[in-house]
Amino acid sequence: MSSVNTAKFSLITIAVGAVVMAFAHWVHVDYLYFASYTILQFIVLATAWNILGGYCGYVNFGSAAFFAMGAYSSVFIHKLYPLPVPLLILIGGIVSGLVGFGMGYLTLRLRGSFFAIATLALAVVLQTLVVNWDFVGGSRGAYIIRPEELEFAGITINYIEYLFGLMLLLTMIALVTARTIERSQLGFGFATIRDDELAAEASGVPTLRLKLIATTLSGAFMGMAGAPFPYYIGYLQPSSAFGLEYAVNSIAMPMIGGTTSWVGPLIGAILLGSAQQYATVTISSAVNLLIVGLMLVGFVIIAPNGLIGLVQGWRRKWRQP
Amino acid sequence: MTGTKGALLHVDNITKRFFGFVALDGIDLEVQPGERLGLIGPNGSGKSTLVNCICGTLQNDSGSVQFDGKTLDGLAAHQRTHRGVSRSFQLPRPFHSMNLVDNLRIPLLYTVHARVGPLRSTGDLDARCLELLEMVGLAKKAKQLPRDLTQVEMRKLELARAVAAEPKLLIADESMAGLSHSEIEDILKLLMQLNERGITIILIEHIMSAVMSFSQRLAVLVSGKKVADGKPEEVVRDPEVVRAYLGQ
Repeated sequence: MSSVNTAKFSLITIAVGAVVMAFAHWVHVDYLYFASYTILQFIVLATAWNILGGYCGYVNFGSAAFFAMGAYSSVFIHKLYPLPVPLLILIGGIVSGLVGFGMGYLTLRLRGSFFAIATLALAVVLQTLVVNWDFVGGSRGAYIIRPEELEFAGITINYIEYLFGLMLLLTMIALVTARTIERSQLGFGFATIRDDELAAEASGVPTLRLKLIATTLSGAFMGMAGAPFPYYIGYLQPSSAFGLEYAVNSIAMPMIGGTTSWVGPLIGAILLGSAQQYATVTISSAVNLLIVGLMLVGFVIIAPNGLIGLVQGWRRKWRQP
Repeated sequence: MTGTKGALLHVDNITKRFFGFVALDGIDLEVQPGERLGLIGPNGSGKSTLVNCICGTLQNDSGSVQFDGKTLDGLAAHQRTHRGVSRSFQLPRPFHSMNLVDNLRIPLLYTVHARVGPLRSTGDLDARCLELLEMVGLAKKAKQLPRDLTQVEMRKLELARAVAAEPKLLIADESMAGLSHSEIEDILKLLMQLNERGITIILIEHIMSAVMSFSQRLAVLVSGKKVADGKPEEVVRDPEVVRAYLGQ
């Protein structure tokens, strides 16, 4: 697997993405788009969380804040002058990237649980700001009327299909980015931060700069995942954008899949995301977080290194009985 | 060499306080290029604090550290590593999620690579990592994780990683504590080899036989002050050193 270089991997990702898109178009059920959009969004969130949490070992409890910053920057711009969603994704990424950079800068010296608490505090502060900011709807929330269809170069596209396509593209970009980082000098640097920062510095790794790169990148992807959200949901309020499920899911998904590789968040998000979608339809939407909680507890006990760790353990045993 | 008066390392009157406690009190120290300096002192005398101030893990409150003719004051630890100061830690601190080759790859990627530019391909890097592992006798365990190593192997890995950064000055902080006699011989032989290749070495050690056989010069710290500095045989006979360090 290590022989697959980034260019090849990108091609494979594009091919898989195209197949998924074609399949969804062939089935053409609106619900499928809605449900898969959510799962894709969680793949991006989990992958973004993992860049900081998995690769560098800095646990971020404030994922919802970055997601919400992306969503609210879209609302803000929509009220000023509606722009096409791809541009909004870019802007959401920049806004949340900057918030990530700021958070990294302010918390550079904090480690372990102190860093985690600081990120939680950041989420509370930002939510309070948004609740009291009337222009973006304050605590009432903001409506965004989503058009039914999109006219593009003479072709009409179903709007939800359009959003699904964008999120699929973003997912592909996030996965390729994560995998590229993993195999690069940057990825090795991130891993030294996770393992031992003092030793990393002594080996010449500029740990502070790398941490800033990680918080910025991670924040930016979360913001990008959040930017199309107001168009998807149609009505955005602080309690949903800053919802607990984003913070919890973006931690639980990489944990369940495994945090050391890009595959972990992908598997975790698909597994957990699908289970939640299934439960929402068959049981109730309130059971969502219960599923996450139970699965997380289960995995912490059975497979503390996630599914990837479990498989690696088996392979090691297989090779040396 | 553009060093002041030819010294590679020039520590000038540095002081370090931790709240009320004075850990280093006006320390002066010079190390010549190619020299083997032993640094001894009782527990809590400030040896590790001095190392931390030289390497940038801690910043000294006053005074200054010159290395290779340039000041190191205010530079972060990684910048000092780039300049050619490398250290091993008292308790080995390997990157525990990486195998031995990757452990050595880090200084190569981040220090040597940064210094000489993108000269090395992945193949060259791998070859250099193996060469370093060969040097410390760990080549057979190249693909294993640090947790599979014995205590002495861990110390060797720690030294190999410090050497991988291609330093001008290597500071070995108690790399022999807790090892058996033959293991100490092993590490000493390794350090001598490195010195023969032109690396200046500061050895911090409690094991007197090792320090005496290794050092060309000996400096003694007691309660944050340097009380002696000179030929090892003379220093150990110094009454103040005998009183403070060896007891009586």
